[in-house]
Amino acid sequence: MGLLDQRFENGNVFITSLDGLLNWARLSSLWQMQFGLACCAIEMMAASASNFDIMRFGIIPRATPRQVDVMFVAGTVTIKMASRIKRLYDQMSEPRYVISMGSCATCGGPYWEHGYHVLKGVDRVIPVDVYIPGCPPRPEALLEGIMKLQEKVRKESMVKKRA
Amino acid sequence: MTAQEIFDILKTKFGDAIIETKFDAMQPWVRIAPNKTKEICFFLRDDSALQFDYLSCLSGMDYNNGTFGVVYHLASIVHRHKIVLKTFCTKDNLHIQSVSAVWGTANWHEREAFDLYGIIFDEHPDLRRLLMPDDWEGHPLRKDYKVQEFYHGMKVPY
Repeated sequence: MGLLDQRFENGNVFITSLDGLLNWARLSSLWQMQFGLACCAIEMMAASASNFDIMRFGIIPRATPRQVDVMFVAGTVTIKMASRIKRLYDQMSEPRYVISMGSCATCGGPYWEHGYHVLKGVDRVIPVDVYIPGCPPRPEALLEGIMKLQEKVRKESMVKKRA
Repeated sequence: MTAQEIFDILKTKFGDAIIETKFDAMQPWVRIAPNKTKEICFFLRDDSALQFDYLSCLSGMDYNNGTFGVVYHLASIVHRHKIVLKTFCTKDNLHIQSVSAVWGTANWHEREAFDLYGIIFDEHPDLRRLLMPDDWEGHPLRKDYKVQEFYHGMKVPY
């Protein structure tokens, strides 16, 4: 917290909107569901390791859907797995977000034509907020996707009544 | 031991159950009757001169002319020799005797062949689908397979 204690050490008062404060807190601590489905999960693990250090975005992997904000669907979603993903998504508490990582999760990838066992896009079972193309995407691409999601969270309102 | 010698031993022991053979293939094979596989495989495993103690692979086949088959790749770790067995059945009568009592490996291999080709292995202890969901329609690796439109409300084709 270098910025805060060096510039504002004298007990100053901040003025911001409540939405701005809440959204800043939310987008800085997007806890992630800890699971991977295929080779994209390797890139996701690389993003978690020290070179890319996903934790600087406040992303912590959690092993239970009850504690997470965002689900990275990292890899091929088979039809057998799709119902499990749907259930995990339903178990997450709102507000919840989904990042579809890689071609398989987005549209079926190389399995689009002959992959009888692959769901052609995870958006057929759960809503997706950010799609990341690539096969698999580099960790930088995943970080870019996370920043896109942060932009989305920043524009939301937790205070206004939703329809 | 060469494929010819193995074939001769089997032919004298089982006679008509050993149908044909091909030695000039890259992997010489012997065709056996589908209702005698267990008996023949027990002999191949237990005979001291043969000792095929290792089932390398068991594959289902669809020859696209109404004929289905199973191919067994056997190896002997003791004697360092190999043989391939083939057995055929028709689409109307997809029954082949299970060899899972001979080699435990065959249990899941046969479940896979049942899952993807619909070949029924008689006397198998637990013949369920291995890879696809239990309520899946059809057997995906058949040549005439058409994928189902929906599975539990999820659209399957692209």
